[in-house]
Amino acid sequence: MTSARAVSLVAKREFVAKVRTRSFLIGTAVIIAVLAGYVVLQSVLFDDQQRSVVGLSGQATQLADPLKEKAGAFGIELETRDVTTAGDAEQQVRDGSLDALVTGAPPALKMIVKDSGDQMLTTALNDVLRQQVLIAQLAESGTTPQEVAQSLAGVSVDVTALEPVDPQRGQRLAIGLIVAALLYYSLLVYGTMVAQGVVEEKSSRVVEILLATLRPWQLLLGKVIGLGAVGLLQLVVISTVGLGLSSAFDVVDVSTLGGAALLTGVLWYLLGFFLYATVFAAAASLVSRQEELQSVLTPISMTIIVAFVAGINLMIGSPSGTTVTVLSLLPPFAPILMPGRMALGVAPAWQVLLAVVLALLAIAAITWLGGKVYANAVLRTGARVKLREALRL
Amino acid sequence: MPEGVLEVDRISKRYGEVVALRDMSFDVRAGELFGFVGSNGAGKTTAMRIALGVLAADSGEVRWNGRTVDLDTRRRIGYMPEERGLYPRMKVLDQLVYLAELHGMGTNEAHTSAENWIARLGLRDRRADEVQRLSLGNQQRVQLAAALVHEPDVLVLDEPFSGLDPVAVDVMSQVLREKASSGVPVVFSSHQLDLVERLCDRVGIVSAGAMVASGTVDELRSGGTPRLVVESPTTDWAATLGGVRVIEKNGTRCVLELADGVDDQAVLHAALAAGPVHEFSRQRPSLTELFRNVVTTESRSA
Ligand SMILES: Nc1ncnc2c1ncn2[C@@H]1O[C@H](COP(=O)(O)OP(=O)(O)OP(=O)(O)O)[C@@H](O)[C@H]1O
Ligand SMILES: [Mg+2]
Repeated sequence: MTSARAVSLVAKREFVAKVRTRSFLIGTAVIIAVLAGYVVLQSVLFDDQQRSVVGLSGQATQLADPLKEKAGAFGIELETRDVTTAGDAEQQVRDGSLDALVTGAPPALKMIVKDSGDQMLTTALNDVLRQQVLIAQLAESGTTPQEVAQSLAGVSVDVTALEPVDPQRGQRLAIGLIVAALLYYSLLVYGTMVAQGVVEEKSSRVVEILLATLRPWQLLLGKVIGLGAVGLLQLVVISTVGLGLSSAFDVVDVSTLGGAALLTGVLWYLLGFFLYATVFAAAASLVSRQEELQSVLTPISMTIIVAFVAGINLMIGSPSGTTVTVLSLLPPFAPILMPGRMALGVAPAWQVLLAVVLALLAIAAITWLGGKVYANAVLRTGARVKLREALRL
Repeated sequence: MPEGVLEVDRISKRYGEVVALRDMSFDVRAGELFGFVGSNGAGKTTAMRIALGVLAADSGEVRWNGRTVDLDTRRRIGYMPEERGLYPRMKVLDQLVYLAELHGMGTNEAHTSAENWIARLGLRDRRADEVQRLSLGNQQRVQLAAALVHEPDVLVLDEPFSGLDPVAVDVMSQVLREKASSGVPVVFSSHQLDLVERLCDRVGIVSAGAMVASGTVDELRSGGTPRLVVESPTTDWAATLGGVRVIEKNGTRCVLELADGVDDQAVLHAALAAGPVHEFSRQRPSLTELFRNVVTTESRSA
């Protein structure tokens, strides 16, 4: 029998045994429900943005009525405020109590917004402005229609963004966080599953029969591939449903952002899983009972949890900061942080490539070392095997 | 080149200070049932695990058909470990099919064989149950099926009879006999010596990690000092014979031990000369007695 057949038999058993369990089906359903809830919430928040508050200052206050009317035609519920006397109008834009501030006299109107101007609002304002100009020019007789048209074409509102950003930033951040969270969940859950599988074989002693016909590395690899495939299946199902929902609710631009995020997610899941699963398996092979498992798994789980919690906070703060950049290159943290940064669009290609290469090197080293620990420890039942002994043999 | 012979050649194994095996050697030939007996901790399990490659020997080797056993030959061995092991949450049939496939069978062949052994070992109603829901004895039957399902060329079973009811013991004995007569060498360890005596072609007695006696049951029983059981009204005549010692006296019955070269016919004549003789027979020790002898002498000399 070839090694490939041996490994695939083991992998198939692991896959089928796990996919059939209730916990897999329920777990997947719960995650999808949570994701659906998030998507619905997002779309409600988006709807909320269709209400705008605009501050008008000086001569611009004359525009209040036509502007409201025009905005109504665009489906925007508009509230105008006279802020001529308010000295902190700009500050109000910054802190969000005003969505926009319009100053100046027609035709030289200025609109000030916080980050990005609402497209509808801008258009509405432009239309009102053109109308005003048209009316004024027609009032002065002796102008030709061509001149009117020309004047009209030359006017538009001058938008000044105080903190200009990528218009898709919100979506990107959301996707980055979701990808990181899914990877965090998958690595932790499926890594633990590999560990439990190893201990189950050890505590039920079936490993003795298995190893009379399989080499330890074949059993280990088969298990990692089989359970890794279950995790991948879950990840893909969740992502596809998530993307479907998002596009149905118009939350995310699926074609560009979503597809790319799914691909990077899968790539990093594979890298992360092979990296962590072997470590989980080797650690698990040191103990003989499920009750002892927690103690050896804690350091590994902690690494993943720290990578996630610290990484997420840093990423929201400054995704291109030195700390996040360095961490996202290091193999233990890369599988969670790098896909997040990639989704945010702040990871240059060379960094991604470097992280992938480092991860592959780490996988090679860990597989060799973990395989050795596993092979030495998996048949030794009874007391917990010391890591040093397992490495020395 | 020896055909169908499993040879264990001077294997040794220590666990730190404990010497588990000391140059143990024995062989099991094609078509033979070999019983492996010895007190607790003698080294039976250690020897079997080494033969299966789940434990590495410090020295010595195990050969099959004259060649050192490797993973491919090991795949042709059916093994029942002392501590039973199956996936607790896997169904009986799935489990057997999986193990058959792991030992190199194709999927169809594996299914046929698994169904066959399930029927054979009386597990048909339990075939779709998870192993953990079966009684211990039935789990043991599944374990035997697991050792047999890939139609192995050699069988190595560690205490296959422990925990079985009499019916299951009969089924197990019959299966083992049948396997042996189809040319498969079968080794099993057991503490049920009467069973070993009845079933095995040859027996090996292990003590403190070494094989101290091996041979057919008859060979083992006829070895050692000959003993006679004589029943006659008086036994005083025995004391007058040279090289004869009375080791047990019970009314008119006595057990005599003869020194080397003493003719039992001379003893009979002497007995008849002294009076009527109602019984005169050669006493053969049972395997249990042999075992006790061997083990106690060994431990005294150790
Ligand atoms: N993992 C181990 N670590 C240390 N010593 C061991 C280990 N396994 C076995 N031994 C020792 O090796 C010796 C042989 O043990 P083994 O299990 O082979 O005996 P056995 O003949 O199968 O006994 P039993 O009839 O009780 O099953 C014993 O002294 C035992 O204590
Ligand atoms: Mg034993």
